[in-house]
Amino acid sequence: MASHFEIKGVHDGLLIIVGDGEWAEIRKALLDQIETQSDFFRGADLSIDVGKRVLKAAELGSLRDRISEYGVTLRAVISKSSKTEETAQTLGLRTYLSRPQAERSGRAFDTSVGGDEAVLVKRTLRSGNSITYPGHVVILGDVNPGAEIIAGGDVIVWGRLRGTVHAGASGDEDAIVCALELAPMQLRICEEISITPPQKGTPRPEVARLKDGKVVAEGWEFPKVE
Amino acid sequence: MTAKVVTITSGKGGVGKTTITANLGAALASMGQKVVCIDADIGLRNLDVVLGLENRIVYDLVDVVEGRCRLRQAMIKDKRTEGLYLIPAAQTRDKTAVSPSDMIRLCDELRPEHDWVIIDSPAGIERGFRNAIAPADSVFVVTNPEVSAVRDADRIIGIVEAEEKGPAQLIINRIDVAMVQRGDMISTEDILELLAIELIGIIPEDENVIISTNRGSPISLDGKSRAGKAMQNISRRMMGEEVPFMELAVQAGFFKRLFAGGGSKNE
Repeated sequence: MASHFEIKGVHDGLLIIVGDGEWAEIRKALLDQIETQSDFFRGADLSIDVGKRVLKAAELGSLRDRISEYGVTLRAVISKSSKTEETAQTLGLRTYLSRPQAERSGRAFDTSVGGDEAVLVKRTLRSGNSITYPGHVVILGDVNPGAEIIAGGDVIVWGRLRGTVHAGASGDEDAIVCALELAPMQLRICEEISITPPQKGTPRPEVARLKDGKVVAEGWEFPKVE
Repeated sequence: MTAKVVTITSGKGGVGKTTITANLGAALASMGQKVVCIDADIGLRNLDVVLGLENRIVYDLVDVVEGRCRLRQAMIKDKRTEGLYLIPAAQTRDKTAVSPSDMIRLCDELRPEHDWVIIDSPAGIERGFRNAIAPADSVFVVTNPEVSAVRDADRIIGIVEAEEKGPAQLIINRIDVAMVQRGDMISTEDILELLAIELIGIIPEDENVIISTNRGSPISLDGKSRAGKAMQNISRRMMGEEVPFMELAVQAGFFKRLFAGGGSKNE
């Protein structure tokens, strides 16, 4: 019996690696084993590696039906023969062993990126306006002097930032503040307070962040590949 | 006739709200419009003084609101300009004597028989200001080329936006071209860049304004003054005319040309 096939536990069930020999014999031996150890096999997902053997749809189909009587599900047929792979695919069977990673997410590749909580404000903040938000704050417009933003995370201003801004208000030292024109009345990151030095030249996009406990603003560059 | 209600406001005090209200009223009336100016600065009234009508006050805004007189009785007819009326503020009361809904009712009563209702707002953003903008169809924000005035104007514009009183329009008052050219004054462009609203007038610094204000005679009736001309231009823009903004660049020969030629060429 052992010469006919080998049983292995794999990530998502059992893998039967079939040795040489007549398919009919192997099939019989497999079914016998499933019958004798029906408790062990019940509910199992089975993948079967048939080697170079070419199998017809009827052969695979009948095996699938037969073992399903024992509560065993045929999931995949692994084969070196493209013909058998094709046959398996037409029967709706996989032709590869699933990987633990992909199985967990339910997809072959996970393309979604989580992201953080942020609020988008699509207007200009005028003197007296104030935004307080525990996450990140994105402003599509200017932030005029006298306006105030307090964010738990980063602050991004697609416009001129001239008001007062506090990023990382709840202690996030990695918080940044960036703006197309970064000229805030006062800029705070965590507990660090800074004021904008007199500007010279044409304004350019800048990012302010904490470096060694000090607020540092630098021109915004396209991120380098790290 | 359905009057358009325009509120002149600024946030900061002393930028020229009252002077502009008086002058726009006089300029519109001189164009044949029926105009009522309302002084909403209860307790600190000034519009009557600027218009030279102080001695004619019998009833005021609070008297109308509290039912001591009819609206008609509180409207003081201007002595020079046909079609211009003033409803003065009470001097002995405060802003709480009138509510925003009182102002709306009052303006609704004025609308059918006039072309314009111009409200002179008090400084600040409190009750008096709320009263003044409540009935407004449009709001003119006055600012000076000073950081503090611009800051307050920005705040006011934000409130006007929040109150959905339409997009506010901007009047920049007392601009000193020579100072701007020396780089000692904020330029019109800088102000507009920050406030980002439509400009309806630029009024140059002009000492004749002080003289005419003290005399109680609106300067916009005086064709020679540059500030008066600028305010006339605003009133024409209010009437829907396309009037180009004054060329403010000062050159040696410019004043001569301006005064000799009646000043119309460069307006």
